Amino acid sequence: MHNYLLVDFGSTFTKLTAVDLDKEDLIATSKAITTVESNIIVGYETALERLYKKIGSKIEFDHIVACSSAAGGLKMVAIGLVEELTTEAATRVCLGAGAKVELVLSHNINNAEVQSILDKKIDIVLLAGGANGGNSECVIHNAKKLAESSITAPIVFAGNKDAADEIISILTTAKKDFFICENVMPRLNVLNISSAKDQIKEIFVKNIIEAKGIKKVEKEIDRVVLPTPNAVLMAAELLSKGFDSEKGLGDLMIADVGGATTDIYSMADGLPTQMNALLSGLEEPFAKRTVEGDLGMRYSALGILSAMTPSEISHYQKEGIDIVKESHNRVNKIDFISETDLDYIIDDIMAARCIDTATSRHVGTLKGVYTPMGIMYYQVGKDLTKANYFIGTGGVVISSKDPVSMLKRATKIETKTMELRPVAPKFLLDKDYILSAMGLLSMDHPEIALKIMKKHITEI
Amino acid sequence: MKSIVIGVIGADVHAVGNRIIEYTLTREGYNVVNVGVLSTQEDFINAAIETSAHLILVSSLYGHGELDCRGMRDKCNEAGLDNVLLYVGGNIVVGKQDFPEVEKRFKTMGFDRVYAPGITIDDVLQTIKEDLGEV
Repeated sequence: MHNYLLVDFGSTFTKLTAVDLDKEDLIATSKAITTVESNIIVGYETALERLYKKIGSKIEFDHIVACSSAAGGLKMVAIGLVEELTTEAATRVCLGAGAKVELVLSHNINNAEVQSILDKKIDIVLLAGGANGGNSECVIHNAKKLAESSITAPIVFAGNKDAADEIISILTTAKKDFFICENVMPRLNVLNISSAKDQIKEIFVKNIIEAKGIKKVEKEIDRVVLPTPNAVLMAAELLSKGFDSEKGLGDLMIADVGGATTDIYSMADGLPTQMNALLSGLEEPFAKRTVEGDLGMRYSALGILSAMTPSEISHYQKEGIDIVKESHNRVNKIDFISETDLDYIIDDIMAARCIDTATSRHVGTLKGVYTPMGIMYYQVGKDLTKANYFIGTGGVVISSKDPVSMLKRATKIETKTMELRPVAPKFLLDKDYILSAMGLLSMDHPEIALKIMKKHITEI
Repeated sequence: MKSIVIGVIGADVHAVGNRIIEYTLTREGYNVVNVGVLSTQEDFINAAIETSAHLILVSSLYGHGELDCRGMRDKCNEAGLDNVLLYVGGNIVVGKQDFPEVEKRFKTMGFDRVYAPGITIDDVLQTIKEDLGEV
């Protein structure tokens, strides 16, 4: 018997997923409160005991690997030159590596911005700017600013290659911990994610988890290998593309509604589906992730409130729900657990609003231009109208009595005709919360991970 | 290698000439950054910032160039591109107008070189080289 244990150290819960490789199926899952502030091993062991209890006996595991978003996740700053170009490319690299982008800076950074990097306790700095052969003054200025500062976080340089030598000498003299990668935007509008992304993952595994006290757990397990969102991205890409003879699901989207953020993932090329649309702006990655830091069920409940229109708020008022009061209650008591039916209904309303707004920000949009040849459209971002599947995950979605109505809020609606939302996707639910675990498993056993996802992420 | 940003401004989809310009300037040894058709002033300017371009060459074939180009020099100045050269060419105004008048209007708008209909990229190569200090 070959057993594999996948661990997800979340900000709130440590989640375990046990897999039987021979049977190509789940054995059991369990969770316990994450205890990274005291000793992360305590929470892990509690979850492990619960897992054994569910299975009925203690079992051995051949491999135990983990991903983590505990202790604030991986906090990054993305620095670029022009907002829509290298800054956006740098931001996408951070998100693709599974980071939380706490700060986005463009053009020449100033003292106050350097201070904000320190204040936000950034884990890794991504420094980009200039296409290859293009502007190098800005990125050199920014490297000097970082060099002069007391910043100790590792700096990943992924800007204009012409500036690399000078930047190496600036950062070496200043005794900074730095890494040189390929440019995130080597040519105009061309996105190059992998080099810098892999470097960020490596730094995460080598340095960041140690600094956050997560590495202690490696006494008990094999190792912590990825930031959690990166594991989810890997699972989603596998589920979409398939593996060998095991077919994938094609174009799909995922909404993960959490306590602090709402993450939307899309696996699709997103090229225009209508004749008169012309793609414009920076290239889009196949596997795209966006994170909305102002939309979350607890920490960011007030952001949901500000996303609501006065007419929406008044509508719920008439139905006897004071959404203003309820969202304040949730933000003031972040360990608020829904108990009554009404609590659940309110959670559903708020989660639906998260999904709706986060989808608006994720999908591409059309902008009409009247030309002598009739109306044409610029398409900025991905066209996801043909996405086959929309998958819901995250506690509030999984525990909802009516997840379909909630997920439907991501689809095409008349009031948002210019947003390229999925038109008629099938809805799936990650009811056992296995996406991140399957991302981890896919590193060694992609086919088994895919089979398990296809079996347990089911249509609703 | 010096960078030149080229593209077709406004709601204009004329792609053929744009490709010829790209081909010719690349052959002449420039790093050509082509923002393509249906491009806004910001598309040209952002590309010029990231690539440290010396010259922005704006094409317009559909007659509305005057509207599309208005304010472009001011935006370049605002973006720190004070020294970038601005060229414009094609059918840049509506109908058949007196060209010296047209040229004057575009120069007042801050364009360094203004070309009449029928001028090809080959006709302009020598001027580009001179303006970029290469001859």
